[in-house]
Amino acid sequence: MEILSFAYFGSAILISALMVVVFKNPLYSAMSLLSMFAHVAGLYVTLEAEFLAGVQLLVYAGAILVLYIFVVMLLNVQAQGRVLQKQTPVVLGAAVVAIVEVAFLISRTHFYPELPPVPQAGIVPLGNTETIGMVLYTKYLFPFEIASLVLLIALVGAIVMAKGKLKLR
Amino acid sequence: MVPLSWYVGLSSALFLIGLVGVLIRRNTLVVLLCIEIMLNAVNVNFVAFSKYQHVIDAQILVFFVITVAAAEVAIGLGIIISLFRLKGSVNIDNFNILKL
Repeated sequence: MEILSFAYFGSAILISALMVVVFKNPLYSAMSLLSMFAHVAGLYVTLEAEFLAGVQLLVYAGAILVLYIFVVMLLNVQAQGRVLQKQTPVVLGAAVVAIVEVAFLISRTHFYPELPPVPQAGIVPLGNTETIGMVLYTKYLFPFEIASLVLLIALVGAIVMAKGKLKLR
Repeated sequence: MVPLSWYVGLSSALFLIGLVGVLIRRNTLVVLLCIEIMLNAVNVNFVAFSKYQHVIDAQILVFFVITVAAAEVAIGLGIIISLFRLKGSVNIDNFNILKL
């Protein structure tokens, strides 16, 4: 059962990612990316990370992708004649080398076997969201605050970048 | 039970697809989409290791990666809009004004 769901989600993720790269129209690429995000969220559910699956759908598919599609439609980008760059053969050769290298590394790596569940006597087992909240607001409180600063800088930077000179052409 | 190496293999294949997409595509918007694919590949790796090693910290890291991805998309699209206003195109071959 688990192998079946991994096979479905994994193949769907890979096929949608390939479609993002090969489609000529950027709107079709964005739609394929939506399919990839949804299937990655499904993979998270099978990996017992339900909170992250929800965050993946809300933030990636809900916010980031809508922003992309908005910009694609705002700029009215048409599908252009050539998809690929001039140096495509060189890049494809380098990609083949990289794939062989990663496959060799994975085949030679000794992975840990699955560890048994940690027995915690006297502690009520919490759900996924509660556990993440507990760790995020205690152990990772300072990085959490830094993340808010990163988002603030991105907010200001995006406005400054996109505003321009406020001069009509 | 799916072995952990399958997840690592899936994640590396996804990362390589994103990398090749960044290198061969000429449309800047699609290049940004391919960067998102690479970030997602790393996230899949994190979540798989989080389940197999029974540590929740990896899922917190995924949370921060998603935050950085959101910031990167906002800035990147702002830069693309600004460049489009300057050049009238999103083709990456036209963005060579810093070239000597």
